[in-house]
Amino acid sequence: MIEGRSLVGGRAEGVALVLDEPLSFWGGVHAETGKIIDRHHPQLGASVADVVLVVGDGRGSSSGSSVIAELIRIGRAPAAIVVGYPDQILVLGAIVAGELYPERPCPIVQLSEQQLSSIRTGDRVIVEGNGVWVRGGGERQL
Amino acid sequence: MSWSRLARPTGLYRRPYAVTVQLSAADEAMLDGARGPAAALAMRIITGVAEAIDAPGLRDVAGAHIDGCLYNGQASLDFAERLVRLEAHVAVPTTLNVSSLDLLHPDLYRGEHREPATRLVEAYRSMGCEPTWTCAPYQLAVRPALGEHVAWAESNAIVFANSVLGARTERYGDFIDICAAVTGRVPDVGLHRDDNRLAGIVFGVEGVSDSLRTADVFFPVLGYLIGRRAGRLVPAIVGLEMASEDQLKALGAAAAASGSVGLFHAVGITPEAPDGGAVGISESMPRVEVTMSDLRSARDALSTRRDLPLGAVSLGTPHYSLSELRHLADLVGDCRVASGLAAYVSTSRAILAEAASTGVDTRLQEAGFTLLVDTCTYVTPIMERVEGVVMTDSAKWAYYAPGNLGVEVAFGSTEDVVASALAGRPIWDEGVWRD
Repeated sequence: MIEGRSLVGGRAEGVALVLDEPLSFWGGVHAETGKIIDRHHPQLGASVADVVLVVGDGRGSSSGSSVIAELIRIGRAPAAIVVGYPDQILVLGAIVAGELYPERPCPIVQLSEQQLSSIRTGDRVIVEGNGVWVRGGGERQL
Repeated sequence: MSWSRLARPTGLYRRPYAVTVQLSAADEAMLDGARGPAAALAMRIITGVAEAIDAPGLRDVAGAHIDGCLYNGQASLDFAERLVRLEAHVAVPTTLNVSSLDLLHPDLYRGEHREPATRLVEAYRSMGCEPTWTCAPYQLAVRPALGEHVAWAESNAIVFANSVLGARTERYGDFIDICAAVTGRVPDVGLHRDDNRLAGIVFGVEGVSDSLRTADVFFPVLGYLIGRRAGRLVPAIVGLEMASEDQLKALGAAAAASGSVGLFHAVGITPEAPDGGAVGISESMPRVEVTMSDLRSARDALSTRRDLPLGAVSLGTPHYSLSELRHLADLVGDCRVASGLAAYVSTSRAILAEAASTGVDTRLQEAGFTLLVDTCTYVTPIMERVEGVVMTDSAKWAYYAPGNLGVEVAFGSTEDVVASALAGRPIWDEGVWRD
């Protein structure tokens, strides 16, 4: 288990999507599909729905919180978010969604940069409270 | 801030909203419902965020600017209407960002969400917010003073308030903006605190030609470049001799779109940076020498296509000021936009009223421009289906519109955009971009 710090509580699991660059949810993720639409982002076209999204840092528009809340409402949000920085906009979207739609938690855990780097896209990841379990399966360089 | 300090072992199941933040007696009372259920909900969200971001406590704000009034789906309406049902009312003077509609010219909206977007507008109005509907609240008659703490949302407004006005706001987002307005309180972190306002990276522009450095188009392109490179650090620009508020607005809007910039200093120009020492610039600080070639690359990155016919033009992101509208009218002169070409200029209803008193609005309308207020062309369905490329002088528009609207975009100076609009084909003047 990797011991992190829970920013928004809950339990979830999914396949990791490690973002290569910071992502603004508003203008960067389609609020109806969960697909990355930022034409400047290297992972344009990838879906954040149901994945454990691994984000080094947030970026851009301050409307990101309502896009996250909307994705949670329609069930197209990440299963959980693992961050390297306690981004206020991400946390806020998940906290407000927790008030509005408590049946659909989107836990957020903060890890150190070093801990974050141990998660690869494709890994099966479980997030619970302060803990992150990485089950492997993703691409690894030998 | 070290990682080890952040990684607090607090057990596997953390109680939601466990408050370790130092709250005042009034904050505690609000949390317990002393000021009604809406203020309690707002305070619960603020303390939840404060806990997550490790805030030591909360502080007062003198005003708020709300971004949550743009319809981003049912969740934004669910939250606003819950607050209204709980009888929320703002506790500090509060302005509103753009909505999804042009409330003065409702027929310009072509989308499917008119009904919920209208309900959202009504919800925020009923909580006592001023119906300003602008992303440029710093162009209103009353604006925050140097050193005044506010809770502003909308990334371009945030960076302008911090950098150009020297007011103090964190990068607030949808939801916490109205919570701050209802409670008058925010987490006391980030750009509210002196230490976090010091420069962390220097961008030197001495190597840029004088003709580019004094051109309007330099500023959004420099802002885009700074946003891409500054990361979480506060950028300080050295080597700028002068800059207008409109130019600094374009710079900040671009930097806040391409990066997370909430504050920049232009040494010798912005109020907290009379000299480098005042913002902590030192020899050991990371430094980027901006070159002509860097700027040409940044400019090119703002266009998705330069080889298509012209489909439309869009100006006024952030909302044009009166001086920008006048400049546009002067550039157009007695000419007209090419027949059949859609040409939009976004501004606020307050600026439009000022423009009307001098006839600038009529001059632009007669030349073939559609003046849009209360919203913006890249956040809501206003534009007709575009065949070809949309040309803009806004780095922010260029950054977001391809994703939001699915259009191809070509960035240019205001002069380029006007020349293109009149000719009906994209035109660029390379003059200022040469070494």
